[in-house]
Amino acid sequence: MTKYIPTIGIECHVQLCTKTKLFSEVDNDARGKEPNSCVSPVDYGLPGVLPRLNQEAIPFAVRAGLALNAEINLESRFDRKHYYYPDLPKGYQITQLFHPIIGAGYVVLPDGTQVRIEHAHLEEDAGKSTHESSYSLIDLNRAGTPLIEIVSMPDIHSAEHARDYTKELWRVMTYAGVTFGDLYNGNMRFDVNISIAPEDSDKLGTKTEIKNLNSFRSVERVVAYEIKRQTKLLEQGETIQQETRGWNDATGETTGQRTKEGAADYRYMPEPDIPPIRLAADIVEQERANLPKMPAWYREHFAEVLPQDLIEVLLDYPQLMQKLAELEDSNAIKKVANLFSSVLLAEENTSLLNDELPSKAQLFDLVTMNAKNELSSTATKEVFLKFFDPEMHYKDTRTIAKELGVVQENDLGALEAIVDTVLAKPETQQAQADYKAGQEKVLGFLVGQVMKESKGKANPSAVQDILKAKLRA
Amino acid sequence: MKTASKEVSAVSLVQEALEKAHRYQDDYRIFTWINDAAIERAKEIDARIANGEGVGCLAGVPFAIKDNFLCPAGETTASALILNGFTSPVTATAVKRLEAEGAIVIGRTNLDAFAHGSSTENSYYGPTKNSKDLGRVAGGSSGGSAVAVALGIVPFATGTDTGGSIRQPASFNGVYGIKPTYGTISRYGVVAMTSSLDCVGFFAKDAADLDLLMQVCAGRDSYDMTTLPDYYGQEPVKDGTKKIGIIKDFDNDAVAPEIRDALKRKVELLQNKGHEIIELEMPALKYALAAYYIITPAEVSSNLSRHDGIRYGYRSEKSEHLGELYENTRGEGFMPENKRRIMIGNFVLSSGFYDAYYLKAAKARTLIIKEYNKAFAQCDFILTPVSPNPAFKLGEKVNDPVAMYLEDVMSVSLNLAGVPGLTIPAGQTAEGLDLGLQLVGPRRSDQGLIKFATEMEEA
Repeated sequence: MTKYIPTIGIECHVQLCTKTKLFSEVDNDARGKEPNSCVSPVDYGLPGVLPRLNQEAIPFAVRAGLALNAEINLESRFDRKHYYYPDLPKGYQITQLFHPIIGAGYVVLPDGTQVRIEHAHLEEDAGKSTHESSYSLIDLNRAGTPLIEIVSMPDIHSAEHARDYTKELWRVMTYAGVTFGDLYNGNMRFDVNISIAPEDSDKLGTKTEIKNLNSFRSVERVVAYEIKRQTKLLEQGETIQQETRGWNDATGETTGQRTKEGAADYRYMPEPDIPPIRLAADIVEQERANLPKMPAWYREHFAEVLPQDLIEVLLDYPQLMQKLAELEDSNAIKKVANLFSSVLLAEENTSLLNDELPSKAQLFDLVTMNAKNELSSTATKEVFLKFFDPEMHYKDTRTIAKELGVVQENDLGALEAIVDTVLAKPETQQAQADYKAGQEKVLGFLVGQVMKESKGKANPSAVQDILKAKLRA
Repeated sequence: MKTASKEVSAVSLVQEALEKAHRYQDDYRIFTWINDAAIERAKEIDARIANGEGVGCLAGVPFAIKDNFLCPAGETTASALILNGFTSPVTATAVKRLEAEGAIVIGRTNLDAFAHGSSTENSYYGPTKNSKDLGRVAGGSSGGSAVAVALGIVPFATGTDTGGSIRQPASFNGVYGIKPTYGTISRYGVVAMTSSLDCVGFFAKDAADLDLLMQVCAGRDSYDMTTLPDYYGQEPVKDGTKKIGIIKDFDNDAVAPEIRDALKRKVELLQNKGHEIIELEMPALKYALAAYYIITPAEVSSNLSRHDGIRYGYRSEKSEHLGELYENTRGEGFMPENKRRIMIGNFVLSSGFYDAYYLKAAKARTLIIKEYNKAFAQCDFILTPVSPNPAFKLGEKVNDPVAMYLEDVMSVSLNLAGVPGLTIPAGQTAEGLDLGLQLVGPRRSDQGLIKFATEMEEA
């Protein structure tokens, strides 16, 4: 049977978190605001008003480009892309077709696969339509939000890589600080192009496009579904139609929406209202110097210290990576990385991720006290969580541990005295006899009694050693 | 022009303008709206004068705005049904600057709908009539503004010039009209026709008034990214004799003899005053009209996309679904010439045709820019006819779009090159129709151009 190779290209729209919109001075952050409350005459598409390019968007675009390892074009231009829809007030979208600001680049996936970026460009978002049975609602709060559209080369050949690529883009863009990266609210949206061709063919097959996906999972599912669907069609001797297909997340299927013949002609035209963007080379260099560390840097930095799967888990949280990188000691890094993954990423604690993280000193002291047996592993987690307590977070680690009363007694002389007190008690006599008779499991009872006597502060393993020595004598 | 003072009240100036506006309106159909409330603004200015407070250099001067300028007073209609009921929340920068100097809007003037036309016949509200002959066109597209000044209703009026829409009606009605260098006056708040060609300008009775209006309105506006840095009135204007170019190709049988004679008379006068006349060969200008009628419809089709009946203006209520709403609203709301340009524009921008039409027109435009650069290396200004004919009869060309487009043959190249042009009255025909000539200068020579026109007034 013929083996088919899938080829996938992905276009990704990233909403930039600039203060104001791309071409007007109204608030770009409409979260929690009334519909149509962040709309200027420009976003509303009044006649006679003109776009004013938000200069803040330019360094954002440069940063996004640098995060994609891309060339930055020192001259770029805007174009108009025309189509009619009620949530597109001007009847055209201002975008960059002919001269984009970001040139060729690439993204490296966790397994080392490289996906090339064809180009990326600045454009404005459209508004949002909500369709009811007999009417539609339009919200223009989103109209004019700056977007970067990242266009990949067809370098992806599996559903897993499609997922990994979109996830890596999300990481790269959030690390660069150009987007809030809130997928649920559409901060990043993906259009997937996919075709399959026989293994020995040097031509690509006919592609279908699935637009507006907003999760890595749906990208993966769409690609897996389309590979299966297209393979089945070819095996049945049928042809693939070039078309746009819609994804139904509930049924897990794609359905045909619009064929090539029905595709819109966007009648692109240079945007006459906005002069070309001309960038000074030193602005690009300045952005390059200020670019935050990227996932690839952290992967390399922690490669010798942390297991790869743990790195990948933690990479979803730029702030955790930054904090880990502050701790220079590799043992400290290991222990804190484990605390992050086992405590902070535990379901019940994820809300803490929005809080300020403990300081480098707090974390370093915590792992040091743990290493010196001053804190049990349970106590270590307990103190770690207190770092997020508004009453505690400013205190140093030892103070918090003491206030919690969890610092372990490691002074052997003091421990021996407590052990002696316990062994002298009448209620332990039977257990002592049993132990000496060979019932080793009663040791636990005795350790417990010592812990009780010490009000929990004794180091249990030290207690065990002392008890064993004394009972053997 | 007359400004308000302790001796002449703003109220009297405005009252006189309003009274004339109403008197001429029925016969000439100059206005789409007359602002009777202008009196209130005049009273405020008089109060300021009485209190000895400062007033601007246009205190109490009544003026008219072409009805494609946005401001909250009255509805902005662009003389098209599709903007029916539209009141703008924003004010055009040019209007704002004039009002800040104390000028008072007394009405909105008629135009070819969306400024598409050369006669003001393509108006939803009917044609404006020529100031000298009620059976003839006012010219266009700023016909209402030209006639308002010609009849002495207002001392000045605003206009827009995309291919001749100020210069041609100025010449048809014997007034001065300026199309400045592209980017000199902000386009913010002016209904866009061809964004890369549109210029805001004025009609006035003499060149000195144009200079004053330019002083007030020219200059960088952060709301229009295509405005030039401030230059008007900031660079010295050289006196002395000038080299004046005349274009050989424009002296042909397609141009009315009266216009050719008017040009000859002016040339002789200039020579008598010591100016040098040189003949120019500008063969690239023959591509101007064709390039213009590709670039203009392309941008028009784009700029008019926003009129969809969803957010403002006219909406056809008999529609069952979205596609029908668009079709009916746009089908009923636009004038035939609007639709013609939208269709041509969509055609030249459609995929597969873009390179053959739009891109080629853009290249022709570059040739024309170079041709003007070459010409202005040889001369200071160029003197040409504005259009091939004086005002034609109502209905004569309105059903022949190509004949109508040919009206623009001598005016559009300035817009393509971005250079300034000024219409100077140049006498009348035997029947009493106004004649005008066009004085053209290099980019940013606007003040020198106006100054030279003043000199020609005396000639």
